[in-house]
Amino acid sequence: MTQTTGLGDVKVGDDLPEFRRVTGLHNWNRFAGVNYEFVPIHMDDEAGREAGYPSAFGMGSLQWSYLHSLIYGWVGDQGTIVSIGCQFRNANTKGMTVTGKGKVTAVRDEGGRHLVDLDIWTEDQDGNKLAPGHATVELLD
Amino acid sequence: MPKTNISDSMRSVIGGELGRRTSFPITDSDIRRWVIAVYYPEEPPREYWDAEYAKSTRHGGIVAPRDFNPFAWMVAATAGPELDPEIDPHDPNRTELLLGAEPHNLKFQLNGGMEVEYGAPMRPGDVITAVTRLAGYREREGRLGLMLFTTQEETWTNQDDEVVQRRSNTVIRY
Repeated sequence: MTQTTGLGDVKVGDDLPEFRRVTGLHNWNRFAGVNYEFVPIHMDDEAGREAGYPSAFGMGSLQWSYLHSLIYGWVGDQGTIVSIGCQFRNANTKGMTVTGKGKVTAVRDEGGRHLVDLDIWTEDQDGNKLAPGHATVELLD
Repeated sequence: MPKTNISDSMRSVIGGELGRRTSFPITDSDIRRWVIAVYYPEEPPREYWDAEYAKSTRHGGIVAPRDFNPFAWMVAATAGPELDPEIDPHDPNRTELLLGAEPHNLKFQLNGGMEVEYGAPMRPGDVITAVTRLAGYREREGRLGLMLFTTQEETWTNQDDEVVQRRSNTVIRY
């Protein structure tokens, strides 16, 4: 099945445009500032090492926001996120290049709504997944 | 190494309300700063910070990105069990302390995962209320030892009683 919208034809197997950031304290401190998330493991390498990681590491909430930004970068206001979920599998440690990626897994109509299911994830520069997840987007007329 | 970190005392408080939070009214600056942080170092999409431009979009004005948190930097009102002010709000034992259960004293906590369904968008001026409950516990062996998974369910509504989101969040402690 294919949906034709302002996005063009949306079909199973389509890749979303990637969302890529080189990450570190500049990203995390800003995000701590807006999310009031001042936790030592996200600010201090020593605290990160005590928690079992090689350095301080970024917030799960920021991976969550990257996944939203990935979807928004694709759909814009031509659609809206109906549901989204992810796991936080691996830590986003200092200096990592984090890339949000997504793929269309289903295109379907349900109750008059045009829905697109996506596999979404963030990964590091070696392709290790950090936050694998899924989402359903409603395409708007 | 204990066989379980889930005590009878913890089981007895499953389903308990962890709290209600009501946000201050969302402002356009809250949204602008949020997207600047998330999109750093690139410029965030214009519709999040340029009110004139946002009028031309589907929403007819600025709306917050779905991932926006209206509860950062204090909330206007809280209800429900209260934490001793001496205790760090990020204390890994917070859930149990709030519900009067015996803490398990695990040292570290991580965000294990989230599932959210979205409803009404959040706009400048909106006041959001969140009600949080302890949904349950489970555990398994992980790389860093016995890992405790705690799931909380939270419903957000706006000032018109529209559901903004229902979220289920899992915290991993070890």
